[in-house]
Amino acid sequence: MNLLKLDQVDVGFGKSSIVDDVSFTLAEGEIGCLLGPSGCGKTTLLRSIAGFEPVRRGSIEINSRLVSSPAQLIPPEKRDVGMVFQDFALFPHLTVADNISFGIRNDSSSEQIQRVNQLLQHVGLAGYGNRYPHQLSGGQQQRIALARALAPRPRVLLLDEPFSSLDADLRESLATEVRGLLKSEGITALLVTHDQQEAFAMADKAGVMYHGRMLQWDTPYELYHEPTHHLVANFIGHGVLLRGTITADQKVFTPLGLLHGDEVPDNSAGELVDVLVRPDDIIIDEASERRAVIVGKGFRGAHYLYTVALVDGTQIYCMSPSHHQYSMGSEIGLRLNIDHLVLFPAGFCET
Amino acid sequence: MTTATRRHQLSISGQAISLLRSYSLPFVATVICLPLIVVAAAFFLGLLGAEQRETLAHLWHFVIGEYIWHTLVLMIGVGLLVTMMGVSAAWLTTVCDFKGVSWLRWSLLLPLAMPAYITAYTYSGMLSFEGPVQGLLRELTGWQFGDYFFPDIRSLTGAILVLSFVLFPYVYLITRAAFIEQSRAAIEAARTLGLSPTQSFWRVALPMARPAIATGVTLALMETLADYGTVQYFGITTFTTGIFRTWYGMNDQIGALQLASILLSAVVVLMVIERISRRQSQYHSAGRSKHSVRPFKLTGFRAALAFVACFIPVLLGFILPALQLLTWSFERLHVWLQPEFIALIRNSLILAIGASIITVLVALWLCYGKRRIPTPLTRASINFASLGYAIPGVVIAVGVIVPFAWLDNKLIYFSERFFDINPGLLLSGTIFALLFAYLVRFLSVSIQTIDSGLSQISRAMDESGEILGLNSQQILSRIHFPLLKTSLLTATILVFVDVLKELPATLILRPFNFNTLAVRAYELAGDERLAEAGPAALMIVLAGLIPVIFLSRAMQARHNRNNQAVVTPKAEEIYEPVKA
Repeated sequence: MNLLKLDQVDVGFGKSSIVDDVSFTLAEGEIGCLLGPSGCGKTTLLRSIAGFEPVRRGSIEINSRLVSSPAQLIPPEKRDVGMVFQDFALFPHLTVADNISFGIRNDSSSEQIQRVNQLLQHVGLAGYGNRYPHQLSGGQQQRIALARALAPRPRVLLLDEPFSSLDADLRESLATEVRGLLKSEGITALLVTHDQQEAFAMADKAGVMYHGRMLQWDTPYELYHEPTHHLVANFIGHGVLLRGTITADQKVFTPLGLLHGDEVPDNSAGELVDVLVRPDDIIIDEASERRAVIVGKGFRGAHYLYTVALVDGTQIYCMSPSHHQYSMGSEIGLRLNIDHLVLFPAGFCET
Repeated sequence: MTTATRRHQLSISGQAISLLRSYSLPFVATVICLPLIVVAAAFFLGLLGAEQRETLAHLWHFVIGEYIWHTLVLMIGVGLLVTMMGVSAAWLTTVCDFKGVSWLRWSLLLPLAMPAYITAYTYSGMLSFEGPVQGLLRELTGWQFGDYFFPDIRSLTGAILVLSFVLFPYVYLITRAAFIEQSRAAIEAARTLGLSPTQSFWRVALPMARPAIATGVTLALMETLADYGTVQYFGITTFTTGIFRTWYGMNDQIGALQLASILLSAVVVLMVIERISRRQSQYHSAGRSKHSVRPFKLTGFRAALAFVACFIPVLLGFILPALQLLTWSFERLHVWLQPEFIALIRNSLILAIGASIITVLVALWLCYGKRRIPTPLTRASINFASLGYAIPGVVIAVGVIVPFAWLDNKLIYFSERFFDINPGLLLSGTIFALLFAYLVRFLSVSIQTIDSGLSQISRAMDESGEILGLNSQQILSRIHFPLLKTSLLTATILVFVDVLKELPATLILRPFNFNTLAVRAYELAGDERLAEAGPAALMIVLAGLIPVIFLSRAMQARHNRNNQAVVTPKAEEIYEPVKA
């Protein structure tokens, strides 16, 4: 069952739309993620689901109840949503326990205590109930903010860049931890981030937004391997688009040579296309006669990401384990490991 | 001379200078605190001698109970009223958007330009038997004198009202800053946790602003304790009027000192509360976001209600008193050109300019001392020297005149003995004592301004100047001075205006027959020649408007900064902070 359903949602002021014609659904217990660069409208979309921004067109349904439409705006406190804010927004005048029980203040006090202790245990901060927010570290505040949002058992949990103010190493471990916690509580959640690693670590479904539009809503795997839009291909992972021509025998002629795959459309011989080539499509193989020169390299820890120039000057990326490294300017051989072609109509990538 | 020896010599002279500095700073701070030390000592000495104990017992028996009662009622009344007026105005002008709100935002600061005693004079004039209000009443009803009851403004209730009208902007200003800095997310979090907008205000926004409100109220209460002009004019016995009466009426200096020391201890309690609440508000602003709450649009009846709620304090605290002053000033146009009035202005200017220059120079010297030698000792000295801001002028005046009179007596004794000349009261009988008292009272104003200006000049700026080949003189003239210019000017103007408004210390310490605008307004009002006090009072209020303009500019700048992201919703997304 779809717990969260957005249908052609448009949010904006005056002439400009911040969110433009966005539709997607999230099933019960699923974790969704909105990805995109700063200013793409993802936070505004999240806030419109929370009820802080009205929609101009379209509709938002939570648990099959219409909560937002041009004619109707259910206020945030009546939506059964929880929200974790970017700066946590803990109440500084309340203790940790009072912060967590804030949303369940109508329950009996024994129920409140029980729920607070249970959540403190879940987020690994048992015994911190009497402290004040300013006595906690950033990561601890984050967990308390999550516990506070979970306490009333909302139907949907919204998370706005929840890890962005934390250190990089903490960010990754906490993302995995939070996913485990959300799954164990069976919470349907929607997360906003600009960090694709975070999205991959957390999400069952993810969408890439650009200038207010949802370009693709899919599993993270599909977003990486089957992008339907060149901007998605650009935003997710590394990769280049190579200009190619479709040949008479349904192959694509590119600077890398002839590529073949089952996606090449019929009756399209002679058409120009752009082919997505990811670093993991290319294998460095000295024996190969496809030669290239290293023109850039970046250390990535476990591996190096090389920029290599083909004979005609076209540059692509490839990777190799970091214990074996090539120096700048050296010549290497490349082998292709492409079993599936991602094609876009030519010319889009220049805009 | 080799470089090594030169460097050695330099370091020796450098050490000598820094040694001198590190001890001269605490020394100056002690001198500035001398009046406080004298008053505090009076409290303990009062317990020693039999005679002093007797004085204290007498005071306790006859007057102190009444002083404490009146002071307490005054503080509770003012505390409640300024909280109501200040917090509601701060909330409405921060989170609501209605017609006239941007005008109200700065107009609510205007009452700060009005010294409480001047507001008291204007209300007495407006509400007196001959005044416009009762006149209108009689005209409408046909009543005559004695036919009707009219509440007397010259009462404890009247003093509470007048003091609240002029002091609520302290609460307004500080609480508003707290509301602005509150993260929008805190309110929104409360909404997602099931609270309506009204509930969010009571349960989240207001508790979060509590330390700020407490700070504002304690500042207002400090001013209430320090007030002399209002309570004196309304005939209410409090500690400040009691000190005057004991000193001049009964010629009992020890008694006056002891009363001053009790008042001082009340002030110290308030200062401690203020410090604590300031520290708490640090925590309470934790987790602030870039976005402030989007103003809630009010229309129709609710907009009118909000406007009236914010307009009444402006009307009562500024517009009505100012209109009364203007009326008096135009009725008495001849006063403006009297040589006596011009002498008043001249005297006031001499005092205000002299005191502001001295104060700013001392503050500058102390602040640079702290920058050069940031030891705990120098920092403590600065804090010590800044205590004066909270101390009532009466207390400072008493604390100044006692040691100065003692010194003068010694001087006269020696000079008569060795030179056979009586120099007169060199210290306590001249404007020297007055300038010193102003220095004690207003030093913290300029220290704060200059210190914040100086903190904008990072050490890295000095160092980049050095690397680019500037010597220390050039660093001062080409880096520090241009950057510090505004702070210096602001500090000078703030002290200048404060000195113009200051009444009780000037009354006690002025040389014989030396009148200022404030003193003359006080005397004329005391003689029931209110209208003649108009021009002098108007001058003081006009000067008082200058710092209000500064404040409202600073507030506007802050408002713009905070609302950048809200004005155009599109920008909110664009300015979203770029995360690494």
